[in-house]
Amino acid sequence: MRAISGLFAGLLFGVGLAASGMTDTAKVIGFLNIFGAWDRDLLFVMGSAVITAGLGYKIVLRRQQPIFERDFLVPTISDIDGRLIGGAALFGLGWGLYGYCPGPAIAALVYLSPITLGFVVAMLLGMAIGNRLVQS
Amino acid sequence: MFPFWPVVGGILIGLSAVLLMVLIGRIAGIAGIVWGALTGTEGDRVWRWLFLAGLLLGTLLFHSISGRAYPEINASFPLALSAGLIVGVGVRMGSGCTSGHGVCGIGRLSPRSLVATTIFMLVAIAVVAVMNTFVGGV
Repeated sequence: MRAISGLFAGLLFGVGLAASGMTDTAKVIGFLNIFGAWDRDLLFVMGSAVITAGLGYKIVLRRQQPIFERDFLVPTISDIDGRLIGGAALFGLGWGLYGYCPGPAIAALVYLSPITLGFVVAMLLGMAIGNRLVQS
Repeated sequence: MFPFWPVVGGILIGLSAVLLMVLIGRIAGIAGIVWGALTGTEGDRVWRWLFLAGLLLGTLLFHSISGRAYPEINASFPLALSAGLIVGVGVRMGSGCTSGHGVCGIGRLSPRSLVATTIFMLVAIAVVAVMNTFVGGV
């Protein structure tokens, strides 16, 4: 059931990404371009996603446990440290340079562009490097 | 005009996060799901790979049903590769991306995620502004 849950949630997420326009780098850059020809659409994407998740979590997390597992695995650390800030800043730099964050980049693999594939492979390599940095 | 597709898309992304939480108690953060798919314990990998497969299928499904054309990709390889590398390092160090921090984290009012999201949004906005000013657009 865990596997089917993953597949179903992934499907919804994928339809959502494509429908919202986030798999289009030009659209994402247009949204980040607030000092130029700003495209406000992704503000509505983030807004409706956050509100839906927020309301849904409020209801769901009242339960003792998830339906198919024993525990909710929700992060409990609360440190706001250099690692969090530096990582977020680096992520913002990469996101702003090209317009893809991890989800849309992976979803966009279906467009069969070698450039997107290159982005995803480089991202995986970056994750491995980031992991080393974090552990050292 | 009412931004119909952005709102529908956002609601679906939010619903996906809620569904993953109520069914198996997990955060729908793509960076974390990908990392766990590659490095997690055996029993914890399958749902992650299927989630990623769903991501691809869902995108295909949307385009085939709506008839919307695939977006054009016209960036240079070096730019895409460097951006990908930086994104990868950043999401591992910062423990999350747009979905993990921006949607799920803010959805549960996590102060860490609020800080991370504010920072990556501001930096990304600054990068686009700088690129537009000095490099003549991306």
